[in-house]
Amino acid sequence: MTPLVELKDVYKIYKMGDTSVHALDGISLTIEKGEFVAIVGQSGSGKSTCMNIIGCLDVATKGTYKLNGRRIGNYSQDELAEIRNKMLGFIFQQYNLIPKLTVLENVQLPLLYAGMRESEQRARALASLERVGLKAKAGNYPSQLSGGQQQRVSIARALAGEPSVILADEPTGALDSRTGREVMMFLQKLNREGNTIILVTHDNSIAARAKRIVRITDGRIVYDGPVEGDVTVMQMHGAGEEAPEDEKAKGAT
Amino acid sequence: MLWKCFKMAINSVISNKMRSLLTMLGIIIGITAVISLVSLMSGLTSEVTDAFEEVGIEAISVAVTDRADTIELPVEHVDELAQKYPDIIQGYSPSVTMPAYIKDGTESVMSSATGVNEQYIDLYGYKIEYGRGITYIDVERMQKVCVIGTYIAKEFFDGDALGKTLQITGTPYKVVGIIEERSDSEKDSDDDCIYVPYTVAAHTVHSSKISRYIVYATNQETVEAAETLIEQLCDKDIGDDDYYTVIAMKAIAESLTSILDSMGAVLIAIAAISLVVAGIGIMNIMLVSVTERTREIGIRKSLGAKQRDILSQFIMEAGMLSCIGGVIGIAFGSLLAVGAGKLLDMNVLPTPASIIVSFTVSAAIGVFFGFMPAKKAAELNPIDALRYD
Ligand SMILES: Nc1ncnc2c1ncn2[C@@H]1O[C@H](COP(=O)(O)OP(=O)(O)O)[C@@H](O)[C@H]1O
Ligand SMILES: [Mg+2]
Repeated sequence: MTPLVELKDVYKIYKMGDTSVHALDGISLTIEKGEFVAIVGQSGSGKSTCMNIIGCLDVATKGTYKLNGRRIGNYSQDELAEIRNKMLGFIFQQYNLIPKLTVLENVQLPLLYAGMRESEQRARALASLERVGLKAKAGNYPSQLSGGQQQRVSIARALAGEPSVILADEPTGALDSRTGREVMMFLQKLNREGNTIILVTHDNSIAARAKRIVRITDGRIVYDGPVEGDVTVMQMHGAGEEAPEDEKAKGAT
Repeated sequence: MLWKCFKMAINSVISNKMRSLLTMLGIIIGITAVISLVSLMSGLTSEVTDAFEEVGIEAISVAVTDRADTIELPVEHVDELAQKYPDIIQGYSPSVTMPAYIKDGTESVMSSATGVNEQYIDLYGYKIEYGRGITYIDVERMQKVCVIGTYIAKEFFDGDALGKTLQITGTPYKVVGIIEERSDSEKDSDDDCIYVPYTVAAHTVHSSKISRYIVYATNQETVEAAETLIEQLCDKDIGDDDYYTVIAMKAIAESLTSILDSMGAVLIAIAAISLVVAGIGIMNIMLVSVTERTREIGIRKSLGAKQRDILSQFIMEAGMLSCIGGVIGIAFGSLLAVGAGKLLDMNVLPTPASIIVSFTVSAAIGVFFGFMPAKKAAELNPIDALRYD
């Protein structure tokens, strides 16, 4: 069976004047259908860069990336857009809902760009909102919703197109810890229902809710395996703590 | 998809009412100016052409100065010319103006009669309603007969004029024909006219020579040829062109309409400049809008919007702004044109063509000036756009 996501020796190099930043420095990673993977690392370690490449928002400088066996290389912007539309669902830290569109219209967006009929868009978007328990808020505007509700709307939007992979970049980053945990529980539920989820976080306690941990430091994978094998996570989790503040501070420097 | 795009554009225009209105203002002013100017100019032009069409655009007037006795353009020569070139000259008539005092009860009313030949009434485009026109016999025998317009018939005979006698400056003329109403039977209109045989008129004014002719070309295309023939004749008979003038109505009409046309063109060019400025205003606002909505564009792209989706969204928005501006401008312009027409007592109405062209132009301005900002939006890199705040 072809893996869903297959990164082979992937580099992302940003040239800034005569210095160059290796945001990704030879990443190889394979993710199968149905997995729940957390990409963890300090701020600036290259998680988002990795996520952007997996999400076809960006292309690697070097190395190969295959999504569902299809090599993502010399595609045009429009072809990448189509791949994103058909195969990927995004959940962002800032929810990224469009404020002047209603909740329903926001959820309809990926279906709209898929060229679906209006009536079908509505039906699917409503079904998707129902899954996150926000069908009643379909006619509201995002600003009328709480942070947790907005994030659930963005999850509904990610689910609407029935993507092969759901990509979540710091989905709990803007939420208080309780709402953050709710969102995580919802993602776990989605995973149990068969969805493949890739989660990016700097928060070890959040990462601990995934099934597999990929730890990145300075653009390299330093650990890839089950949650139980990751020392840092186990320490944190075992101690029952939230993300330590000093790690954030370290990342910022 | 297109409908959705349309709805999005409308929403965006409505959600920024003040800004949209200010952006549209340029287009509104420009289109208002274009519509009202074009309507006014075309009203003026049709007024002018109407005036010339009454006389007949094929008419050529020939006037010979009557100072010296030796200068003469005899009727026989003009007649010969007309006989010789029937393809070019439709006909001619001497035109002798005769002052006329008409007795109305005890009062004398000042009017004028025109001495013409048997061709004139037809050439001028009159139709005889009752009786007959001036005939060759009338001219030859210098019969004191007259053909009158409906105003004279109404005013002096209460409509029942045929066969009666009209006293013109003390001389009785028998009314042999009444011309069909052409205007409104009012004083000084085309219906206020008296025609008599030119021989009678010439005799009355004690002139042995005819100093004015009106010659009709067969059609508009032969006017120039007819003019040349007449000028050659005048040259032969009179010689010095200081003593005669040949003027074609067509030439006057053409020079007048061309003056009006170029005046109109200058005015429209000025209005067009305002439209270009308006377009730049739209471009400016669209650029601001694209920058403000960078994140939105990033979101849309991450969800699968293609370049053309973003492109059409922003072009639609710019087009919407300028189209709404155009429609408002057309409405204002039409009102202004009709109002000005009322003021000038002219029939001024915006033509359907000018409305269609104005609307198309305003749509085109939106699309043209919206294209650059829209292209900029469409080409945004999704990650950079998502990161923007
Ligand atoms: N567009 C860019 N230009 C230059 N450097 C970049 C760009 N994007 C990311 N980087 C650099 O790449 C590294 C990894 O960034 P990122 O993947 O955003 O980290 P993380 O999401 O783990 O915090 C950082 O050092 C960052 O400064
Ligand atoms: Mg990041």
